[in-house]
Amino acid sequence: MSAVPPDTLLPRLLATHDAPQPAARAARGLIDEIERSGLRGRGGALFPTAVKLRSVAARRGRRVVVVNGAEGEPMSVKDRVLLERSPHLVLDGAVAAAAAVGADTVVVAIPSARVRAHAAVDAALARRDDRPRICVAGVPDAFLSGEETALIAALEGRAPKPTLTPPRPSERGLKRRPTLVQNTETLAHIALIAGHGPEWFRALGSAAHPGSTLVTLDGCVAAPGVHEIAVGTRVGDLLERAGGLSSPARAVLLGGYHGTWVDAGRAVSLRLQDDELARRRLTFGAGVVVVLPQSACPVAEVSRVMTWLAGETAGQCGPCVHGLAAIAAEVAAVRAGRADRHALDRLRGWSGQIAGRGACHHPDGSSRFLTTALALFEPELELHRRFGACESCDAPAVLATPSARAVAA
Amino acid sequence: MTPTLRVHPIACTGHGACAELLPELIELDDWGYPIVAPGPVPPELEGHARRAVAACPTMALMLGRGAAQPVSASRRRSSKRGGVA
Repeated sequence: MSAVPPDTLLPRLLATHDAPQPAARAARGLIDEIERSGLRGRGGALFPTAVKLRSVAARRGRRVVVVNGAEGEPMSVKDRVLLERSPHLVLDGAVAAAAAVGADTVVVAIPSARVRAHAAVDAALARRDDRPRICVAGVPDAFLSGEETALIAALEGRAPKPTLTPPRPSERGLKRRPTLVQNTETLAHIALIAGHGPEWFRALGSAAHPGSTLVTLDGCVAAPGVHEIAVGTRVGDLLERAGGLSSPARAVLLGGYHGTWVDAGRAVSLRLQDDELARRRLTFGAGVVVVLPQSACPVAEVSRVMTWLAGETAGQCGPCVHGLAAIAAEVAAVRAGRADRHALDRLRGWSGQIAGRGACHHPDGSSRFLTTALALFEPELELHRRFGACESCDAPAVLATPSARAVAA
Repeated sequence: MTPTLRVHPIACTGHGACAELLPELIELDDWGYPIVAPGPVPPELEGHARRAVAACPTMALMLGRGAAQPVSASRRRSSKRGGVA
């Protein structure tokens, strides 16, 4: 165990990286080094990165690396911040990953509306001369744009809709080539591991959950925004680092709109690492932590998000299309005091029914959000169902539900 | 290996024929889409399962072997010609 306090080893990703850094490690050994580092994907699924790299490297034919900068989760800005602050770091990681899997092309996918991220990457590319061809593509700003198969569809000029896997993108991806779709932050970690080695990476976090990770912190905290923490940091320590709470907290949303609700008092002692969260049926997703103040109405917040989630369906799978629409309508009815006394039971049933019945994880994630909300906010939901809107219902929204998204039909 | 039923969620349009033919393993949700009982198909129901697969108007119901490996469109076509057994 290192005696160095973790804070002196941070920041890593959020340190200054304003020039290209040629990888110190040979491309051939990089996948082994990534494996030794224990890096897992930072897009939300926490899949072992070395396994993913190997599955693409093992394929024949021209391979492609896609930098997944879609970040469709409305409460997450960490990938955007990384692309704007340190585009070279992300591109270094993409170049190292391309060398490791034998790809001759890198495509950087960023929503078209994120002009600052586009400008930062374009400016960085003007200063670089990389061997794999690097091009930048604008993709629709939709929740599902970051889903791997939907992202590939968008890059091929189709609507950003998921397809059923397998085949996974590693087998048949962009233009049917074996494709490594990797989250922006994950690639930045790859760049740092390529430069400093796996032991350096493991100096933070624990043996089973090594490294640092970016968190987008929002809600009633003194310093919202993107923070870099050691994996396994307690929520309470993260909040302390962000200057503490700005007002009393009711609940914490972990993992964003495909994530899970947890009571504020219980959240403080939780470690932000997947096994501990999974044991409690919680998830950290792509690193979103939102602290809901007591001044907000959780029923109004949940209702707005469910309506938004229903609107973000790709429209392909019946249980997702009809289930989410029915759920959103029912939660809205509860909020307005128009629902019958079986409404909450019905919602619980529907939430359990839709999980796992889509081509992608949209119904599963939405179900997680709803199920944990139903459990945690049952008193508030029941009060709304019986008496209608409360005085906090019109408070400013804590959870953003971006409207007028440019989704291709 | 014991066969397992799977629904292709994009192809399925909720005709409901499968639930008519195989109510032992398939029920419909509130919107008419099938919910398949988890686990392998019991041997005594295999014939009924095969009939339900054959009856699906969108070829969304699949009978696969062992681990739930979804069948690609081309294999779905060929398995229809050659039979699933």
